[in-house]
Amino acid sequence: MTELKHYYAPTSLDQAVECLKDGDVTILAGGTDLTPQSQAGRIKFKHTLMNIRHIPQLSGITLEGDEIRIGALATITEIMEHPLVKQHLPVLVEACDHFASDQIRNAGTIGGNICNASPAGDTLIPLLVLDARVELASMPEDKLYRHSMPLSTFFVGPGKTRKSLCELVTGVRIPVPAANHVARFYKLGTRPALDISTISIGVAGCLNGGVLSQVRVAFGAVAPTPVRAEQTEQALEGKPLDAATIEKAAAIARDEVHPIDDVRASAWYRKEMIHNITKRILGHVAQA
Amino acid sequence: MSLKHDIEFTLNGVKRRVQVDVTMNALAMLRDVIGLTGTKYGCGEGECGACTIQVDGVSLNSCLMFAVDCDGREVTTIEGLANDPQADALRDAFVEHGAVQCGFCTPGMVMQADHILHKHEHPDEGCVKRGLEGNLCRCTGYKKIVDAVVACGATEK
Repeated sequence: MTELKHYYAPTSLDQAVECLKDGDVTILAGGTDLTPQSQAGRIKFKHTLMNIRHIPQLSGITLEGDEIRIGALATITEIMEHPLVKQHLPVLVEACDHFASDQIRNAGTIGGNICNASPAGDTLIPLLVLDARVELASMPEDKLYRHSMPLSTFFVGPGKTRKSLCELVTGVRIPVPAANHVARFYKLGTRPALDISTISIGVAGCLNGGVLSQVRVAFGAVAPTPVRAEQTEQALEGKPLDAATIEKAAAIARDEVHPIDDVRASAWYRKEMIHNITKRILGHVAQA
Repeated sequence: MSLKHDIEFTLNGVKRRVQVDVTMNALAMLRDVIGLTGTKYGCGEGECGACTIQVDGVSLNSCLMFAVDCDGREVTTIEGLANDPQADALRDAFVEHGAVQCGFCTPGMVMQADHILHKHEHPDEGCVKRGLEGNLCRCTGYKKIVDAVVACGATEK
């Protein structure tokens, strides 16, 4: 059992990934999750607590080629108010708008939301339907090594990801959607603020003359991780978005998810809501 | 022995240097180390907003922030609003509208309302309600608080 021995606030990415080499590091960004989790004893601090706030490479929202890059330290408020995000990624703004409370949106970061890997993480569903990639940095030898992987392969379980203990999430990259791209997000909860989703749904695709292509459907809070719903996507791909297609896709969605009973809802209710709200959202997309 | 760290930051306009436990949250630092008890402990997990402070110009829950993360930043608490003209107007509006009953949520409400009024020049009721979503009040039923903030925003600055 290790004990917290060091506090470190690096000012460059190189310093941070060098510190991560031994893997015995707890990473602090916004702190909105780490504070309560650690104080409740659900997270034990490792040897070093590393505060990544002062690393400039982790900040900012920029257009790089045909991708929008959101730095890991971007807060939920910064994202929902940024002109690039508002222009190109309204579905992400929508999800951010339903995220916790103003105070938490002002502190919580997108990197933290990704690394927490909650099945109900609010930004994860829009990021999945937008084909986001996660940027990772590490220092395997003596040189900074950076790579990225699709967000859809990043999550492995509640709070578990494919990020190794020696890696740092530096940001997320999202392809700028085409002009005919439509995307919708819906979060079902008992109140708009500060609620953990009972379920959440994201739908996206390119709409051409009533036909949806490059379909992406993702669900939150129905599995151990946020998930893409591939069978539902296939039921919609290249089909005219009429009432019959929508009803069929919603039924497939209900059968495709395998949620659990918990304090927020029963598995049965979640499956019914996946059906009903998938149907509702697809109806909205058809009218877009 | 718990790990300590020295930090330096601006608190209500004054430079402060304090030593804090690395695992301590900013709320505990403000109340127990520095002795500013205007910021309240309600739930300790970001649900109630009683501990709302402003850091670098934005509102956040001090219970969800590490004290060490205050290092180098500008922190304002309810005590720091004592000599602020906008906050004076807000206080008067709270009094006028009867927006204070037991008063426990009030410091957090005022800190968040002050942030809303900095962000939106003349916020309407919907805007104020959205902004105060993270602040719980068990006495007033919110109407008087929302009215007070809307009225304060409606007056010319």
